[in-house]
Amino acid sequence: MLTGTRIRERRLVLSRRQADVAREVGISAAYLNLIEHNRRPVGPEMIARLAKVLDVPADELAEGREEVRIAALREAAVHPAGAAAAPELEQVAEFIARFPGWAELLVAQSRQVRALERQLVDLSDRMTQDPYLLTTLHEVLSAVTSLRSTAAILAEEQDISDDWRQRFHTNLYQDSRRLSQTAQGLVAYLDSFETEGNAATPQEEVEAWLASDASRTGALDMLVSDAARDLAMTLGRTLEADRAALPDARLTKAVATGGAALDPVQLAVTLGLPLDLVMRRLGDLRPEGYERAGLLICDASGVPTLRRAASGFPLPRPGDNCALWPLYQALAMPQVALSRVIVTPEGRSFRALSYATRSQPEGLEGPVLTTALMLLLPTEDEAPSDALLVGPACRICPRPDCPARREPSILVPQASVRTPRS
Amino acid sequence: MELDILMIEDEPNIAEAVRFILTREGWRVDLHPDGAGGLEAIAQQRPRLVILDLMLPNRSGAEILDDLRAAGDRELAATPVLMLTARGQAVMAGGQADAVLSKPFDNEDLRAIVRRMLA
Repeated sequence: MLTGTRIRERRLVLSRRQADVAREVGISAAYLNLIEHNRRPVGPEMIARLAKVLDVPADELAEGREEVRIAALREAAVHPAGAAAAPELEQVAEFIARFPGWAELLVAQSRQVRALERQLVDLSDRMTQDPYLLTTLHEVLSAVTSLRSTAAILAEEQDISDDWRQRFHTNLYQDSRRLSQTAQGLVAYLDSFETEGNAATPQEEVEAWLASDASRTGALDMLVSDAARDLAMTLGRTLEADRAALPDARLTKAVATGGAALDPVQLAVTLGLPLDLVMRRLGDLRPEGYERAGLLICDASGVPTLRRAASGFPLPRPGDNCALWPLYQALAMPQVALSRVIVTPEGRSFRALSYATRSQPEGLEGPVLTTALMLLLPTEDEAPSDALLVGPACRICPRPDCPARREPSILVPQASVRTPRS
Repeated sequence: MELDILMIEDEPNIAEAVRFILTREGWRVDLHPDGAGGLEAIAQQRPRLVILDLMLPNRSGAEILDDLRAAGDRELAATPVLMLTARGQAVMAGGQADAVLSKPFDNEDLRAIVRRMLA
């Protein structure tokens, strides 16, 4: 039984009105209604408040062990390795009840398989076509080339004017600084080969920093490389500007007084603020109803400039993506909010709100810059028939017959690229 | 005055060092900092020698070289090219470059190759 259903049943047992419970909890009746119908995720804090009002231990409202096991077995069942086996999904609860030990073993093995697959992908990436490694080595080579030529000029050439000497000293300083930064990043990257799940690139370091509380305080201690610290400081300034434009208290209040029952577009209208700002703030603050939200932002080339994972939506390595993410559809339709339910290969559903903006920061003669955002919210609802089947990235996507596939999957060799039709 | 060398290189400090070294030898050297517009710069300036970096933004050195060799103007297509590459990338430069110099290089090697190519 899902959490929302359990909350509703408990309220009905107490013969309490939805509006009364909602008022005591401090949310709108409409929002409680969405929770009870499992249309909004419920975080631990909200469960604790509801449990107090409904006079029941919080554990009894939260999803139980059984639901977790059922979900894990369902995930195991949709793995491509089991596609031909056609497991009896409708009997999964009975299977757990009759053979709890076997069920536990199956779940453990399935998790192990997925962990090994992730490791395989990581190693394959790094060995072959890792853009970070290639770019970093090119950086090292360029800095070393410049250092060697410049140092040789200073050491071997006669009659160099003071101006030139000064310029070459400045160049040496710049190149040595660049080399030390790049070398630092490279060492951190190579170290990460040994530990699964370690942040490997500066982008991944920043993503881990964003996911921690440190990004709210601005503390940079957890960032190893200088490049990651530079990225985080730039991002921190943007976040600060957003927080000043839409402070936590104002957003929390707007969401708590019916905002979450509204979609983000309506929320932006209610607040009288741009939708992209509201989406960024929802992804940053993650207020009630958005606790498990994720946010992706990319520029016009499709390169992500911010990635914040939604619960259950694993992000591929930086540089990888799925061409079917609605984020990219938004790039072609600026100023139009696109809502779509997307489903991952593991069968998890998310409501994706995508929106793109255009700007000309350098005025009329300057280039037009496009930025797209995608706010992801996990949903427990059954996916509609027109839900979009997406993946993480082609190389690690098991979908065998995808029209957008651009390279074969290393997990499912039969998932190959279609021949283009003329 | 005829241009001796056009260097297409996006790393400003490398370009500055190379330009300094070659200018001291008495050659006239000009720089183009990007892959984009590289071929047009060669066609316009008609240098006696092109020093071409392989890894350039927007358009790689290999693409520029391909287009240069395919140019309808036979004199332009035959412009001598010295390709700068990482050691492992020498193959990528193909057989179309007249000479290949691996980075990092010795300034004296650079001078010797250029001297030979402009002789």
